[in-house]
Amino acid sequence: MSFELNILNNGAGGCGSHNSTSSGCENHGTCGGCHEAPPERSRRDFLRRATTLAFGSFSLTLLPVPSGGTTPQQASAVAGGAATVSGAAAGAAVPEQDVLFGFLVDTEKCVGTGKCLTACRVENDVPEGYARTWVERFVHFKDGRVQVDLVPETGYAGSDIPAIDPDLVERAYFAPKLCNQCEDAPCNQVCPVHAAFTSPEGIELVDPDRCIGCAYCVQACPYGVRFINPDTGNADKCTWCYHRIKRDEQPACVEACPVGARVFGRLDDPESEISKRIKAIPTSVLKEHLGTHPKLRYVGISGEVI
Amino acid sequence: MDGSSFVFPNDPHVAWSIMIVLYPYITGLVAGAFVVSSLYHVFHQEVLRPVARLALVTALCFCAFATVPLLLHLHHPERAFNIMITPSATSAMSGFGIIYNLYMLLLVVEVWLVFRADIVVRAQTSRGPVGLLYRILSFGDRTTTEESRAADAWLIRWLSIAGIPAACILHGYVGFLFGAVKANPWWSTALMPVIFLASAIVSGIAGLVALYLFICWRRRVTPDAACVQSLARYLWVALIVAVSLEMLELLHMAYESGAEWHVLSMLLTERLAVSYGLVQVLIGSLCPFVLLLLAMRPQNNPKVVALLSGVASLLILVQVFAMRWNVVVGGQLFSKSFRGFVEFPLPVGGREGIIAAAVVLTLPLIALWAAGRLLPLWPAETTAERGI
Repeated sequence: MSFELNILNNGAGGCGSHNSTSSGCENHGTCGGCHEAPPERSRRDFLRRATTLAFGSFSLTLLPVPSGGTTPQQASAVAGGAATVSGAAAGAAVPEQDVLFGFLVDTEKCVGTGKCLTACRVENDVPEGYARTWVERFVHFKDGRVQVDLVPETGYAGSDIPAIDPDLVERAYFAPKLCNQCEDAPCNQVCPVHAAFTSPEGIELVDPDRCIGCAYCVQACPYGVRFINPDTGNADKCTWCYHRIKRDEQPACVEACPVGARVFGRLDDPESEISKRIKAIPTSVLKEHLGTHPKLRYVGISGEVI
Repeated sequence: MDGSSFVFPNDPHVAWSIMIVLYPYITGLVAGAFVVSSLYHVFHQEVLRPVARLALVTALCFCAFATVPLLLHLHHPERAFNIMITPSATSAMSGFGIIYNLYMLLLVVEVWLVFRADIVVRAQTSRGPVGLLYRILSFGDRTTTEESRAADAWLIRWLSIAGIPAACILHGYVGFLFGAVKANPWWSTALMPVIFLASAIVSGIAGLVALYLFICWRRRVTPDAACVQSLARYLWVALIVAVSLEMLELLHMAYESGAEWHVLSMLLTERLAVSYGLVQVLIGSLCPFVLLLLAMRPQNNPKVVALLSGVASLLILVQVFAMRWNVVVGGQLFSKSFRGFVEFPLPVGGREGIIAAAVVLTLPLIALWAAGRLLPLWPAETTAERGI
C-alpha cells in the first residue's frame, strides 16, 4: 500500500542529485520578322535549351547528399554540440561500430519523483513549455474511471495538485516517456533534408545545421516526443543524452532516477543489465501496431499507455 | 474518452498553422484552374474559350506564390533550398522540389506560347520601356507565320496534356503528405490524395468563376452565359465527387470505429462542429449544390446564371478553405495521447497570422492584375487571333 500512497500523495524522495536567344536577323523589332530563317527554329532552339537546362537542374537534385545522411560525422557534430551544453568536450569512449543501445522503463519501480525531468531539462537546456521526457500518472479508480496526468518536475509534494484519496483507488502507476528510438523511425523517414538521421549506434538525432524547421517530423512521431525548439528553430527531441553516452556515461535521467526505474545499456552485450532483464521478464513497446519497432521497452504497462 | 483529459506536453504547440492551410489551398486553385484551361486546349470545349486564357494565367499567378506560405512557415527559410539540392529519397516532402519546379516550368512555357503571338505584335508596335519589356518577353523570336502558329498550337496542346497529370501529381502529392502520416488517425488514409485532388479541382473552377464574374463586373462587360453555365455544370459534378469522397472517408472511419474513433468523433462534434458541420458541409457543400443546380436550368437569363454561379462559387471557395483548415489544423487539435484536446487561437499578427495569410492570398491576385495589364486575357483583345 505504501507504493500506492507514494503515487497518489507523493512526497519527493530519492537522492535529488544530477549533472547538469535565337539566331538570324537582329532587327526583328522593325522588320516584322525574319522570314529567311526557318519560322519555328529559334523557338525550338529556345525550348530545347530551356528543357536541357531544366532537366540538368533537376538531375542535380538527384545527387546524393554530400555526407550521406546518416554518418558518424553528423553524429559527432551533434554529440560535440550537445556536449558544449554540459560544459564537457565531446569524446569517443564508446566504439562507433557494433554498438546497439536500448532503454528499459520499469513502471513497477517508478515513484514519480520528477528528478529525471529536472535532470533532462538542465542537461539538455530544454525550453520551458516543452519536454524531452515526461512522466504520466495512471490512476484507476474503484468506480471504473481512469485519470491520467503529468507528474510535475517537483514531484507531487512540491505541487499544488490535490492529493487523491487512496481509498477510492483500485490501482495506480507511473509511466515515464522519452524518445522510443524506433528502428523504423517515421520521423527519420519523413525528413526532407536528411536533418533527421540515425547515429551509428542506432540513436535518432537531429542535425542542427541542416534542419529547415518544417515540423514534418513533429507530425510523424506517434509518441509526441518531437517539438520545434523556439530558441533554435530546429526540431528537438530526446537523444538518450547522446553526448553523454559517447563519453560512456549514463543519460541524465537514468543517473538522476533514485529508484532505478530507468535502465540504459547495450543491447549487443548479453551481459549488460538491460539485456539480462529483457530476457528475464516480459516487456512491451508503445503503439506496436504502427510498426515503428521502438528500442524503448516497458515493464508493467497495459494497453492504456500509448 | 474515459473522463480524464490528458495531453502530451509537446502537443499544445500546433506545429502546422494557417500557412500550411494556405499551401494546399493555393496549389488546389492552381490545379483546378489548369484543368479548366486544359478542357479548352485538349478537349476543345469551345464554350470555355472566354476563360481559357484567364484560367492559365490564374494558374501561373497562384503557382508563382505557392511557396510563399511555406517559406513563412519554415523556421529556417534560409535553408529552404536544401529541399531542392539535398532531398531525402524516403521523404514524401522532398518530392516538392521536383514536382513544383517541373509544373511551374510547364506553366511558364505554356503561358508564353499561348501569348507569344500577341507579345510579338506588341513588341513590334510598342515603344519605350513597355516595348522593351515585350521584346524581352518575346525572347528574340518574332515569327508569327502560319507554320509557327501551328507549332505553337501543337506544343500548347501537348503541354496541356502533360499538365493534367502534373497538376494531379502536384496536388495529389500534397494529400499524400498528410495521408502517409500514420501517427495521425485524422490524416492517415489512402483516400487523402484523392480527396485533396477532387477538392482542388472544385476550388479551381469555383475560383475561376468568381474571378471571371468579378472581372466582367469591373470591366462592365456581360459575362458569357453559356461559358458560366458550362463552368457551373463542371463545378456541380466536381463538387459531388469531392464531397462524396470526403463523406465516404468520414463514414468509413465512423463505421469502422477504430481505436481512435472516440477522439475523432469528439473532434468532429465539439472542436470542428462549426468549421466542419456548419461551414464545410452545410454552407459550403449543400448550399452550392442547390444553387448550381438552379444555375444550370436552361431557361435562366444570364444575370440569374451569373448570380447563382457566383454565390455558389464563393461558398465553395469558403468550403475548400474550411476543408483544408479542418484537415491541417483539425488534425492537431487532439493530442497523440488520444485523451485530450489542445487550444489553437489563430494569431492576428506575426509570420503565421491572419494578416500574413491575407497578404499571401492577395499577392497572386495582384500578379493576375498585372498580368491582365500586360497580356490580353480576353479573346476579343487578342491582336493575333489564333484560337488559342
